[in-house]
Amino acid sequence: MGLMNNHGVLERHSLLLTVGILIVVSIGGIIQMAPLMYMDNTIEKVDGMRPYTPLELKGRDIYIREGCYVCHSQMVRPLRDEVERYGHYSLAAESMYDHPFQWGSKRTGPDLARVGGKYSAEWQVDHLIDPRALVPESIMPPYAFLMDKKLKYEGIEDRLRTERLVGVPYSDEMIENAKGHILAQADPDDKGFDYYDSLMGLYEAEAGREGTVEARDWDGNPDEITEMDALVAYLQMTGTLVDFSTYEADDLSNRR
Amino acid sequence: MANEIKDIDDHSGIETTGHSWDGIKELNNPLPRWWLYIWYGTIVWAVVYMVLMPAIPALPGMGTNTTGLRNHSDRDLVAVAVADLKEARVAQSETLLEASLEEIETDRGLQQFALAMGESLFGDNCATCHGAGGRGAAGYPILADDVWLWDGTLDGIEYTLRHGIRHDDDLDTRFSLMPSFGRDNLLSTDQIDDLTDYVLLVSGQEHDPVAAGRVAELYQQQCASCHAVDGTGDRNQGAPNLTDQEWLFGGSRDDIYNTIYNARNSHMPAWQDRLDDASIKALAVYVHTLGGGE
Repeated sequence: MGLMNNHGVLERHSLLLTVGILIVVSIGGIIQMAPLMYMDNTIEKVDGMRPYTPLELKGRDIYIREGCYVCHSQMVRPLRDEVERYGHYSLAAESMYDHPFQWGSKRTGPDLARVGGKYSAEWQVDHLIDPRALVPESIMPPYAFLMDKKLKYEGIEDRLRTERLVGVPYSDEMIENAKGHILAQADPDDKGFDYYDSLMGLYEAEAGREGTVEARDWDGNPDEITEMDALVAYLQMTGTLVDFSTYEADDLSNRR
Repeated sequence: MANEIKDIDDHSGIETTGHSWDGIKELNNPLPRWWLYIWYGTIVWAVVYMVLMPAIPALPGMGTNTTGLRNHSDRDLVAVAVADLKEARVAQSETLLEASLEEIETDRGLQQFALAMGESLFGDNCATCHGAGGRGAAGYPILADDVWLWDGTLDGIEYTLRHGIRHDDDLDTRFSLMPSFGRDNLLSTDQIDDLTDYVLLVSGQEHDPVAAGRVAELYQQQCASCHAVDGTGDRNQGAPNLTDQEWLFGGSRDDIYNTIYNARNSHMPAWQDRLDDASIKALAVYVHTLGGGE
């Protein structure tokens, strides 16, 4: 009884009471969150995931800057109709290098988690320039100005280092050659020719299989590397990395 | 508790909580019954839920999260739901798979099924480029007419669907490449200017006959191998007919100049890895019936 009657101490000292409240409230949060930070099986083990190439990362930054996520989600939910329409439901592993993830909570336009390769790069460019030329009923705003904006990537090395700080496995070699890799992925035949092998070697080794990095002129203007190049390179990669032929849905740790 | 002295409020005669703030005390009225029982109920439900459903994550040392007595998994459920859907379609899908494309088109029941299936697939996968109902757009062929760049037969359409056009990842893709005559300095801009007049001539539009005359021979050297001597094109190479007034990238002087200068080599993805065989067959039949299937 002695201890129970000591609440008078807390009641008379507001600072002590505040600390007490904080401790009690944080218990629930810690119980929910702490295990997730240490659990290996939060993210499924899959083959094929690799860090985004510098060009894709820049494209992703443009995606975020232009607020694409306001209308487009990037998560195919495990529901029959979604799987029918968009393809395999999204895995946690597919967002493991996303900082921040683009799952989104609203679909004014379609989900984009698996849009990579569904349409041609030419279509993506034409559609971004003038959505209504291709889909008359679309309400998407045009992004034609991306064609005229040269991609700025002076600070790309620091950008990659920042990603590495939060756990994306960019190697020193990837960071050193980041500028060259941008050239290689957007202009593999000319300006980026010398870096092509390095880009493919480093990133495909990380993915563990070939065919996960595509290098080409993306926007139909081979003379310049524009923001359109970066955005389309990113879009054409989304959802294509995981090798679903080796994914075991029945594995106990993949059950959700 | 029994020998604890209860603190009773003088005014109301109700027990207080014993807490005191500068002499102000709080009455300890009983909780409303309905609230209390719902609260007890949620506690019981939490225990039941933990037993039945996956509840506790895999802590270090545990192989997996607890699966619960019901062994519930959203991912399993969707796999079952998708399998059920395939099952529901399988009877007709299988006849679709076994039947030849011609049989599908002539058998009324099969045709209706293929068209219904094709229409919804088309809306999701094809209409983004080829437009609703195959109405097309600049650079994306109209499928609702009888002008075909490549083979317009049932088998030809199925082949295009499977392998795409200029699709890098498919060795069997339909492929041809028009050179960028201007950009790659194969021809001078004057020559391209004149060739533009020549194309305007063969397509029956207003043109400069002198300019067109100058490059009649050049056309035969550079263009005729694909677009044919008389400009009627070659379907085996996806080379469009220049004489039919049908334009994929526009038929104005500027458009034609642009096409010769930069070349237009559009691209269609291969669908055989994304869609199953029955879907591709249904789509082939659907596209074939849209306008001018051959």
